[in-house]
Amino acid sequence: MTRERISKMQEKVNLIFSECDSMELLEQALKVEPQQILKMLLTSSLRGRGGAGFLTSLKWKFASEADGNRKFVVANADEGEPGTFKDREILDKVPCKVLAGMAICAHTIGAREGYIYLRGEYNYMKKSLQQKLDEFNDKIKNMLDFTISIKSGSGAYVCGEETALIESMEGKRGEPRNKPPYPVTEGYLGFPTVVNNVETLVYVAMIMKHGAAHFASLGTEKSKGAKVFSVSGDTPIPGIYELEMGMNLAEFVELFGDGDTKAVQVGGASGFCVPRRKFAETIIGFEGIPTGGSMMLFNSSRSMYNVLHNYLEFFCEESCGQCTPCRVGCQQLRNGIEAVKQRKLPPSHLDVLSKMTRTMKIASKCGLGQSVPNSFNSIVTSFKEEIIY
Amino acid sequence: MKKMKLYIDNNEVEVMEGTTILEAAQGLNITIPTLCHHEDLCIAGNCRVCVVEVEGSEMLSAACATPVSTGMRIKTNSLKVRDSRRTIIDMLLSEHAGECVTCQRSGNCELQTLAVLYGSPDNHLMDISIKTEPDRSSSSIIKDDSKCIKCQRCVRTCQEIQKIGALTMSGKGEHAKVSTFFELPLNTVVCTNCGQCVIRCPTGALVERTYIDEVWDVIGNSDVHTVVQTAPAVRVGLGEALGHDAGGRFTGQMVSALRKLGFDAVFDTNFTADLTIIEEGSELLNRLTNVIKGSGEALLPMFTSCSPGWIKFIEHQFPHLLGHLSTCKSPQQMFGALAKTRWSEKAQIEPEKISSISIMPCTAKKFEAARPEMNDSGYRDVDYVLTTRELAKMIKQAGIDFDKLDESECDSLLGKHSGAAVIFGATGGVMEAAIRTVYELVTGRPVPFENLNITAVRGMEGIREATLRIEGTVEKYNFLEGVELKVAVAHGLKNANAIMELVSQGSAPWHFVEVMACPGGCLSGGGQPIPTSPEIREARARAIYEEDESLPIRKSHENPEITRIYEEFLTDGPCGHKSHHLLHTHYTPRR
Repeated sequence: MTRERISKMQEKVNLIFSECDSMELLEQALKVEPQQILKMLLTSSLRGRGGAGFLTSLKWKFASEADGNRKFVVANADEGEPGTFKDREILDKVPCKVLAGMAICAHTIGAREGYIYLRGEYNYMKKSLQQKLDEFNDKIKNMLDFTISIKSGSGAYVCGEETALIESMEGKRGEPRNKPPYPVTEGYLGFPTVVNNVETLVYVAMIMKHGAAHFASLGTEKSKGAKVFSVSGDTPIPGIYELEMGMNLAEFVELFGDGDTKAVQVGGASGFCVPRRKFAETIIGFEGIPTGGSMMLFNSSRSMYNVLHNYLEFFCEESCGQCTPCRVGCQQLRNGIEAVKQRKLPPSHLDVLSKMTRTMKIASKCGLGQSVPNSFNSIVTSFKEEIIY
Repeated sequence: MKKMKLYIDNNEVEVMEGTTILEAAQGLNITIPTLCHHEDLCIAGNCRVCVVEVEGSEMLSAACATPVSTGMRIKTNSLKVRDSRRTIIDMLLSEHAGECVTCQRSGNCELQTLAVLYGSPDNHLMDISIKTEPDRSSSSIIKDDSKCIKCQRCVRTCQEIQKIGALTMSGKGEHAKVSTFFELPLNTVVCTNCGQCVIRCPTGALVERTYIDEVWDVIGNSDVHTVVQTAPAVRVGLGEALGHDAGGRFTGQMVSALRKLGFDAVFDTNFTADLTIIEEGSELLNRLTNVIKGSGEALLPMFTSCSPGWIKFIEHQFPHLLGHLSTCKSPQQMFGALAKTRWSEKAQIEPEKISSISIMPCTAKKFEAARPEMNDSGYRDVDYVLTTRELAKMIKQAGIDFDKLDESECDSLLGKHSGAAVIFGATGGVMEAAIRTVYELVTGRPVPFENLNITAVRGMEGIREATLRIEGTVEKYNFLEGVELKVAVAHGLKNANAIMELVSQGSAPWHFVEVMACPGGCLSGGGQPIPTSPEIREARARAIYEEDESLPIRKSHENPEITRIYEEFLTDGPCGHKSHHLLHTHYTPRR
């Protein structure tokens, strides 16, 4: 029953994994003037699918207007957020659509070079991807002056942040840069660079194919279009699902839960934990909780202390370590909840930590440190007794 | 470049595009606290102490790293800013093994200052510092990771100013730390001991290895005769460590203070700086003779050899060019060798009873004194090296009211000096001193510059070049008639590296090159008072040149004690057998 409903919902969308001739799509897309493409993207309201949700049309517009002898398009395939595994699937199933999206971007902003920044853990697919790339580069030779290559990451979570990713591409330590300048004006090697999530690029291709209006007709007013979700945790049907944006969590849990869902972590370790009582009022999307796709379900057998501790342990390890709020803040949070749990510090220490997260949120150098407080505060607020006792 | 109008704490200010919020605030005399920021280094923006509120943005911005934009409205002292600033400082304190009562930097620690001013009266964060054993392997620098706050000033210094990269970041997150190559001990890596990291470290994570207690011990031991020498740059830095502004000269008070501390003989490294000029000048003329007259082979350009950081740099990075280095020991080491020979003879004190102590603006001198080559007197030539900072501390420990001291002069025999020796303390000074003497030796006339000031080799530009046409030579040097003597001066090892690349390629046009490892020369050495900045270096340089002009003797060869030492002691003359034994040395390629 549930599966049928899900299938129907997926069929309604069916953009990312649909069958399509990427070359034909690209041929048509390249006939469209860059200005027109920007307009289409604006109409579609497509926002970055990596999690931050920046308007794709705006990002491309900035890059197209920026001066530079060279420009770059980078597909961010550093999928590292705990609980997301959709980019892997996209690269595996429909790599040519990603490449087409990159080529459309190149055509729009005037780039001649593109890179796929491939997560270190995905190196196993490098060979087959390279093969696809070689064919693609060969095929578009006569259509567009654009060549794509692969750069491998080395397993640092922070390199999903676009400026750390660029640093890593340049062979440096993966540390986020000061912004501004943003990559659209000074990115890879100092040249204007668009860094887009793999999924975003595929949606661009699909918007070119099916039209901006079709895309914009999906989802809600503030969260238009669809999104690929990575569903994991206490669910009988874990996996990758492309669904319309704007569903509320109650519906989501009804479809994917095991009947005993007590919380859903929306957006991975850097996202928010929503308790059962808030499922109905929580929309998955920019008007509620946006997500890069990670949806982790927890049933009542799970200790939310362990969940939070696991996230914080992750952040202590994966903070790049350069800025104070993130480097120290993560350790304070992890050590702090341990101390409270072990009764070495009173429960009121959680308030000290919560106060500290205000600074992490607004003073950290990049999105990593800024979003660590999300899981901490949402879990501590909703499951305080599990943290203390 | 266009001008931009913005508002900081409701004050209107107009600045050029590209200006940072911090700079714009400084223009309004508004202080925004900083920590990872340093005038000499690139922007890091990683400590976040300088965050400010920009109207319209939820996020705070790092003032040091954020360029202004038109119409920006900035608050540097809002509730939000103060809350974050305090939290960040509390966070730094929580990972810093604060041992203020025993820390060398206590009282001159930027973190401590910020903590006192902005930190919580009651920091509720947990102590997450990890006490690790400091790396004490180097004879110059101690690295204590548990005091490190990861501002990366040292890493940037080593990379940007010195282009050495002995220090780098390793690990990430909670494991991020300043590391050496493969975590090897400092004494086994390419570190030159220059100490530029030490004078830019905001805390006590990088400090000099101190020998104050050892020196007090020998001063207090009546069986030991203590001989002290002070380098030229010490006298223009010491005041800063004793509460004065940069740029003051304190030669006379310093000598009095050394006597009060109990040193038995108070001499001056300037004496051996003059001696260096005679020896190195002669060596240069010998090399020129060999090359121009074709009577033998000699490597040109010849490099100066006074700066021990530079020596170790070349031993590591350009060992194939070691032959270009003058064989002269540095003035410190020449002095050490003479203290235990010439002074020992004159004063009739057994050399084994002499303890030779030097006060240096330098951390690398500690390493130099410990080099196995530096025992030509039959004993260790220099027993202990103290920095300017350590001397200031001893003066304070002894309860000496420095400002009330009368001026006095060094003891004779190894104490008199020329202005040429004083300027060894500034970049270009050795070159200028050498030219003053060599030119006169070759032509019989003083250098053709007003007031003997060879301004072409002065200044703070990274690499400076000069050409001097030699005319009207005396008979012995007729072969140099019409020759254009080409010289270059470099300071900071990044600039040295650029010079060495040219020499390595065989495209260096110079005869003689002066290199100082530290930017500005010894006046901003790793042993000088903290902090350093372009303005401070300028002020110290001015003081050095004022000191030179104030002295009756301005040329090394006119120092009467120099004349005397060649008459009485180094009787076979400059670069003669005896001076070769005592005053010259050799160098070793290093991995």
